[in-house]
Amino acid sequence: MKRARVITFKIDGQDIGAHEDETILELARQNGIYIPTLCFLEGLSQYGGCRLCVVEVKGTDRLFPACTTYPIEGMEVFTDSDRLHGYRQDILQFLFSERNHVCSVCVSNGNCELQGLAFSTGMDHVEVPYLNPQLDVDASHPLFGLDHNRCVMCTRCVRVCDEIEGAHTWDVVGRGADARIVADLNQPWGEAASCTSCGKCVQVCPTGALFRKGASVAEMRKQATFLPYLSQMRAGWQNEEK
Amino acid sequence: MIDRFEKIKRKEREAAAGVDYTIGVCVAASCLSLQGDKVLDAFQEGIEGPKEEGSPPSRCRAKGVGCLGLCSRGPLVSVTKQQDQPADDQSRVLYQDVTVDDAPRILEAHEADKTVPDILCPTDTPFFERQIKIVLENSGKIDPTRIEEYIAADGYHALLEAVTEMTPNQVIDEIVRSGLRGRGGGGYPTGLKWTTVAKAQEEKVKYVICNADEGDPGAFMDRSVLESDPHRIIEGMTIAGYAVGASRGYIYVRGEYPLAIGRLKKAINQARRQNVLGNGICGTTFNFQIEIRLGAGAFVCGEETALIASIEGKRGQPRPRPPYPAELGLWHEPTLINNVETFANIAPIIRNGGDWFASYGTATSNGTKVFALAGSVAKNGLIEVPMGITLHEIVEELGGGTANGHQIKAVQTGGPSGGCIPASYFETPVDYESLKKLGSIMGSGGLITMDETSNMVDVARYFMEFCMAESCGKCVPCRVGTVHLHNLLDKIYNGKATHKDLALLERLCSFVSETSLCGLGQAAPNPIRSTLRFFREEYLDLLVDEPVHAISEEVAA
Amino acid sequence: MSKAKIATVWLDGCSGCHMSLLDMDERLIEIAQAADLVYSPLVDPKDFPDQVDVTLVEGAVSSEDDLEKIKKVRAHTGVLVSLGDCAVTANVPGMRNPFKVDSIMDRAYLENADTNQQIPLEVIPPLLPMSVPIHHVVDVDVVVPGCPPSADTIYYVMTELLAGRTPDLSGKTRFGI
Repeated sequence: MKRARVITFKIDGQDIGAHEDETILELARQNGIYIPTLCFLEGLSQYGGCRLCVVEVKGTDRLFPACTTYPIEGMEVFTDSDRLHGYRQDILQFLFSERNHVCSVCVSNGNCELQGLAFSTGMDHVEVPYLNPQLDVDASHPLFGLDHNRCVMCTRCVRVCDEIEGAHTWDVVGRGADARIVADLNQPWGEAASCTSCGKCVQVCPTGALFRKGASVAEMRKQATFLPYLSQMRAGWQNEEK
Repeated sequence: MIDRFEKIKRKEREAAAGVDYTIGVCVAASCLSLQGDKVLDAFQEGIEGPKEEGSPPSRCRAKGVGCLGLCSRGPLVSVTKQQDQPADDQSRVLYQDVTVDDAPRILEAHEADKTVPDILCPTDTPFFERQIKIVLENSGKIDPTRIEEYIAADGYHALLEAVTEMTPNQVIDEIVRSGLRGRGGGGYPTGLKWTTVAKAQEEKVKYVICNADEGDPGAFMDRSVLESDPHRIIEGMTIAGYAVGASRGYIYVRGEYPLAIGRLKKAINQARRQNVLGNGICGTTFNFQIEIRLGAGAFVCGEETALIASIEGKRGQPRPRPPYPAELGLWHEPTLINNVETFANIAPIIRNGGDWFASYGTATSNGTKVFALAGSVAKNGLIEVPMGITLHEIVEELGGGTANGHQIKAVQTGGPSGGCIPASYFETPVDYESLKKLGSIMGSGGLITMDETSNMVDVARYFMEFCMAESCGKCVPCRVGTVHLHNLLDKIYNGKATHKDLALLERLCSFVSETSLCGLGQAAPNPIRSTLRFFREEYLDLLVDEPVHAISEEVAA
Repeated sequence: MSKAKIATVWLDGCSGCHMSLLDMDERLIEIAQAADLVYSPLVDPKDFPDQVDVTLVEGAVSSEDDLEKIKKVRAHTGVLVSLGDCAVTANVPGMRNPFKVDSIMDRAYLENADTNQQIPLEVIPPLLPMSVPIHHVVDVDVVVPGCPPSADTIYYVMTELLAGRTPDLSGKTRFGI
């Protein structure tokens, strides 16, 4: 097995030693530097869709998503600036304006990553008009529900179902703002034959979009800690087989 | 192999020599939609149909040919007088707006060595005379459904030369020397791309992809090339496969181009039979297969990583680059991906040498560029001009100004990723750098002209509506931003917006372009930015001091 | 120095933010020493005064009456504070926005009414097509999200404003709980 080369670079002025196959996000976390994320989840493949983790790199105006960018020797990365802070607030504004996120009546109120991100980045009001789309709730599954009003299209559910559970019940249909999470071939979740009812999608969902039935306002707490364990265990097996 | 080519050439010459006039009827999509096929049938009927007893055989033959350029006057018909030398434009007359009823008149006139003056299309105009044809050299001359005619026009000779007399490195050197840059829009040096893919580990399987997912509104260059001269693409891709060490190629064509797809399929089969595609090409050990993949109408699938995902059978959405496809492409293997027009330039470069190609165009943008000239100009159609020509020459001279007597106000290049260039900048030479400086891009070649009657806010709104409908929805800035930008433009256009809204629009433009994942989102604000830069007063004119019921904006949304 | 004039306004909300304000308990006395409450659902005056230093507004802008009120409030207020999620995000009142006003009226007054099924044309102000946050209608100086914002938060906001400072709410309150 080819070993990755070791390099050094800087994040926010701090010297970082790294393998070149580690992403800037992983390295920032290892070194206690906070970069906000939403679609990223340790144990799942990187998606690069939410753009919250964009960072600046010295020498270019371009922004790079920390979750999918690998450092190179001598690189200087900056994770916080007025520009980045403003853009992160803008992303959250866009998400809140896109669908109907009504925190006060949401099952995940108080335990929601979107709500938490708005809090931690100081996004306290949405400047752009709300789009107020009319969206469905799929309550056809006996154990769980899917509320499209709360979905941020992070696709964690799609990835966990495909990569960890191996069922690939979830996928995305439609384009742009019409994109939706669908079960199997756009069927009610309860009729999706591939679903094993394992509930992993519910646990990794950052908002109240996927929830356990019976949970009332602010009662839905999620546990995604099984993920790094499962994915590491799987990686271990694969290495043994090699 | 060369003997076989010579034999085909000789046969083609003999067939042409049997008659005095060759009538070429355009059977590309635009003329077909105006019943070009029926016109061709009418000619064939007139030539081969029952005649009076004892009348001499016709001195004419008729065939379908590719695009003749001036699409706004179709169906177009060319009549070429047979000479010993290959036909050049001087011995050719062109008829415009030809109907089925015109066919007997044209036949009758030419049987008597005359012409039909009332439907003659003047070819001594800048539209025809200012063009230099490299990509379109065979368009309108050969029958796109017959490989023999392509070979007779020196087709597949470059491939034969490449695989039998040149090393892959020599082929790449020639491309590098030509200075050819990607014609899909980005303008990335083609030679450099080929070098990178060629340098990827040798033991790797590699792929060549032709991006024929032409999606810009107003652009139809690639479709025309595929319909008029499909073998040119196959030859270009096969040479590329030889140069970079790939044995498999895909042409990703949008499903809305059924004619192009049909002709490509036919061409691939013909090429296999002539041993210029498939296993042991031209008697060497080089193998190269080409398959066609159809796009399902998503604009974003023209983005290379989304296109690759689509070929793999996945949802067509982009992924962050790097790694670039040259390193990690189709099925995670090194992949060369070029646009139709780029591949169309390969055979002439190998045939005539990189230096020959570099002699056309400007210092940094070599060769020619095909443009789809559309909009308010008098002459709509397909043109191929040398790089460095000014916009003024294209619009006023080739295009002949406007048809309705209004002044041309601006041209839009680069589709939804490009920008609007005002008439005051029409002396700008058309090359990658100059257009970029003006906030537009070369793009794939759509060139939409607008006259004074166009409102630039409305133009920007149109392109934003396009981006909104075509955003894949993967990244937040593009998915939601295009909706907000569109709604803001709508509000401004409808006279309900204030200066505050304009400020928000400008701020969101920077945000969306800087944080979006792929080129579509990053470039989506370009039409707004360029119209704001050159036509700001049109925005300001529409603003109001007091918001018109801040409420109603959300109703519209 | 004369005491500052403060006001509170109740638009389309559940009055929970006002309850939270009352939850300041004995700290209300402290506020009352620094400022006069000149207009509020909790006090008697019926007309909004000419000049108010600080106005806290609860609720979204949902009806023509709300719109008229908030414009007037804005015109006569120094510092306008959006208090609570309804004022900041339209929150629960905004949940009707995906639907048309007509269908909402039908559902509320015809389909779901057991007796006397008719849509009121008088007394009840007509609904706007959308229920919107205050800052989408008029300029807002301070936004205080929360459903409701805690008494501590409101106390902090008021004391800062009365001291002539702009409250920094980062880390203090959020949408929802």
